[in-house]
Amino acid sequence: MSGASSPPPKPPSADDDAFKRELVVLIPHLRAFARTLTGDPTAADDLAQDAMMKAWDARASYQMGTNMKAWTFMILRNQFYSEKRRSWRQTQLDQEAAERTLVAVDDPESPVALDELRLALGTLPEEQREALILVGAGGFAYEEAAAICQCAVGTVKSRVSRARKALQATLDRGGYPRDGRAAGDAMRSILAAADRLSGAGQG
Amino acid sequence: MTDNSNSPGKPPKGGASLEEARLRQQAIGVKLRHMFDEIVNEPVPDEFLDILRRADARSTDGHGE
Repeated sequence: MSGASSPPPKPPSADDDAFKRELVVLIPHLRAFARTLTGDPTAADDLAQDAMMKAWDARASYQMGTNMKAWTFMILRNQFYSEKRRSWRQTQLDQEAAERTLVAVDDPESPVALDELRLALGTLPEEQREALILVGAGGFAYEEAAAICQCAVGTVKSRVSRARKALQATLDRGGYPRDGRAAGDAMRSILAAADRLSGAGQG
Repeated sequence: MTDNSNSPGKPPKGGASLEEARLRQQAIGVKLRHMFDEIVNEPVPDEFLDILRRADARSTDGHGE
C-alpha cells in the first residue's frame, strides 16, 4: 500500500471530469451495496453519499484505469464499519427475530420469495453477508472481494460458502407447511422465480 | 456431505439430491443478483448529483469551506 510520501498536488483537470463520470456511473451500485449492508434505505443513501464524497475527496490517490468499483466499495465498507462503531444502533435483525418473522409469513397471499431471501440474508453474520453479496450479486471475483474486505482470498471463499449453506438452510426451514402445501415452499417459490428471472434474460 | 437432517418427506440421498442442492444454490444466486440489480436499477435521487456538483464547484474554485 502507499507509503508515507505525500501525494503530489494534482491540478483539477480533465482527470477530475473523467473521475466524476466514472463515479456517477457507480452511484447505483454504491446504493445497492449500502442497502445490503444497512438493511435500511435511508441510512443506506446517507452512507452511499458519504462514501461518494470520500471517494471524490480522495480522487488524487486513485489511479485511473484501475478498478474504481472495488475502490469505492472498499471506501463505503470502511465508512460503514467506522460509523457503526461510533454510533449506529444494531439495526440488524438478530437470528431469532428473523426466524420468527419467517415463520410468521404464513399468509398464503403474501408475495414470499424476495422478502424471505431478504430476511434470510439478515440472519447471516455480517462478514458472511457482505462476502456473499460482493461475490454473488456484485459481480466481484474472490480476489477483488478480498481486497474490498481487506482479508485473505481463502477467508472470502469460506465465508461465501458458509453463507450459501446457511441461507439455504434458513430458507428451507422458513418454508413452513401450510394449507397442505409441502415444507420448503420458500425454497420452491425462489426456484420458480429464479426460473422466470433467468428466462427473462440476464442482459 | 453428511447431512442427516431428520426432516420427513425429503428425497432419499443420492445423485438426485446433490443435483437438487446445486439447483437450489443456483436459484438463490439468481435471486440474489436480482435483488441487488433491482436496487441498482432504481433512479438515483437528485441529492447525489447535487452533492457531487457542489463539491466539484468548490474544488474548481480552489476554495474549500
